[in-house]
Amino acid sequence: MIEIHNIHKSFNGVEVLKGIDGVFETGKTTLLLGASGTGKSVLLQCIVGLLKPDLGSITYDGKVFTNNRLDLKQEIRRKIGMLFQGSALFDSMTVQENVEFPLKMLTPDMTRDERMERVDFCLKRVGLEAAHKKMPSELSGGMKKRVGIARAIAPNCTYLFCDEPNSGLDPLTSIKIDELIYEITKEYNITTVIVTHDMNSVIEIGDHIMFLHDGLKVWEGSKDNIMDTNVKDLNNFIFANSLMRAAKRVEDEGGEIDKL
Amino acid sequence: MKTLGNYLLFLSSQFVRGESLKILSRRFIDEAVLIGISSVSIVAIVSTFIGAVTCVQIAYNLTNALIPRSTIGFMVREMTILELAPTITSIVLAGKVGSNIAGGLGTMRITEQIDALEVMGINSTSYLVLPKILAAIAMFPLLVILAMTLSILGGYVAGTLTGSLTPQEYVEGLRDAFIPYNITFALIKSVVFAFLISSISAYQGFFTKGGALEVGEASTKAVTNSIIGVLLADYLCAQVLL
Ligand SMILES: Nc1ncnc2c1ncn2[C@@H]1O[C@H](COP(=O)(O)OP(=O)(O)OP(=O)(O)O)[C@@H](O)[C@H]1O
Ligand SMILES: [Mg+2]
Repeated sequence: MIEIHNIHKSFNGVEVLKGIDGVFETGKTTLLLGASGTGKSVLLQCIVGLLKPDLGSITYDGKVFTNNRLDLKQEIRRKIGMLFQGSALFDSMTVQENVEFPLKMLTPDMTRDERMERVDFCLKRVGLEAAHKKMPSELSGGMKKRVGIARAIAPNCTYLFCDEPNSGLDPLTSIKIDELIYEITKEYNITTVIVTHDMNSVIEIGDHIMFLHDGLKVWEGSKDNIMDTNVKDLNNFIFANSLMRAAKRVEDEGGEIDKL
Repeated sequence: MKTLGNYLLFLSSQFVRGESLKILSRRFIDEAVLIGISSVSIVAIVSTFIGAVTCVQIAYNLTNALIPRSTIGFMVREMTILELAPTITSIVLAGKVGSNIAGGLGTMRITEQIDALEVMGINSTSYLVLPKILAAIAMFPLLVILAMTLSILGGYVAGTLTGSLTPQEYVEGLRDAFIPYNITFALIKSVVFAFLISSISAYQGFFTKGGALEVGEASTKAVTNSIIGVLLADYLCAQVLL
């Protein structure tokens, strides 16, 4: 469980995060939802410590993370898996080496064979059995994301952060990636935080959803009650999606829709 | 002043909770191979020609019949060992190694690869930068020794081919009043230059902000700042050590 409290962050006098509180529960996928430029990536970077919040505190399972000593921070970080918005694969290494890398660095007692087994397992998990020897530059965007996920989950992470795991992907691949993250979260009881602006993901995997607008959390709930909200900004956001509009119409006319 | 402070902080961060020796030594070998092997050809070409040109020009200027021809060999030796081999080699390497380090780290920065390392709980300066600096410190003296040898050979070939002096005269000049300390001095200089070039370039690359354009700028800055650093250090070394 990750708790954040009163997170503030400004860049050059412009306040991007204006005091955000939240709890990310273990074994659940929490979605950070919001329009482009509302500070979702900044919040995520504050939580993992790539950016230092100006104010506020972050705790991981009760352990204080903000302003802590570097070694304590590193200890927590070694349990974090993160998928970056641009995948951030190491481009001098093959796919296999990319996935093996955190194992090599974080679990030095693992033998080579054990590592290889784990790499095979993780790559299989993301559906990339045949890409071991490829370089990142030879992969498509979706394949890179999947390698990124494999690398994030390779060392049995406790916390998983994904920054827009399915931006720029076709709907089919994006559903597959969502499902993958969801399954992993349940299977290994991970605390997962996903940044997204994709309504499909919300409906599929939104255990818990926080809607950010203009640097503040303006709504919080689950996929089951997101349609019933009367928060104006969230409504605008949801019904910018034509499928959601159509669904709403059907519902208003008394029809039943599966899943919603 | 602020830059200097940041630079020193950057250098010291390599030693705070660094990575294990095993990992660092493997990284060191990778970097040493990269810096060393890939620079051999350019250093060889440059130093051979510098030796040859130095010899030909000294021969051209040395028209006084009272000065023995072996002086040409003597002067080629003094100039290349003391100044040309370490300094010109380092300037060439500032262009090659410096831009490579800054470009590589800059690209890793803007594509979030450095962030990815940090999130894994890895000390990215210790993992990425320290092996580069150590590898440069180890390889530069070797490259400078190669440069000394080849420039003296280049001088030999040019001098004898153009008939400016006989092989015996050249060798006689080489052996004349030889001070072994000069070689030590040159090697100390090369270590200083190696440290400056690799650390300045790493600093420029590591703190790149923005996109591909800025990576290019970081490389350019790395090379110009390194060269200025090398020349300043060259002067200081001569003042302090000679
Ligand atoms: N390093 C930085 N320096 C200055 N400003 C920044 C920095 N990082 C982010 N910002 C600003 O913070 C705001 C929020 O950016 P952020 O990347 O968090 O948006 P986002 O919600 O992730 O958007 P998207 O969905 O497009 O990824 C933007 O206005 C951006 O200009
Ligand atoms: Mg973002």
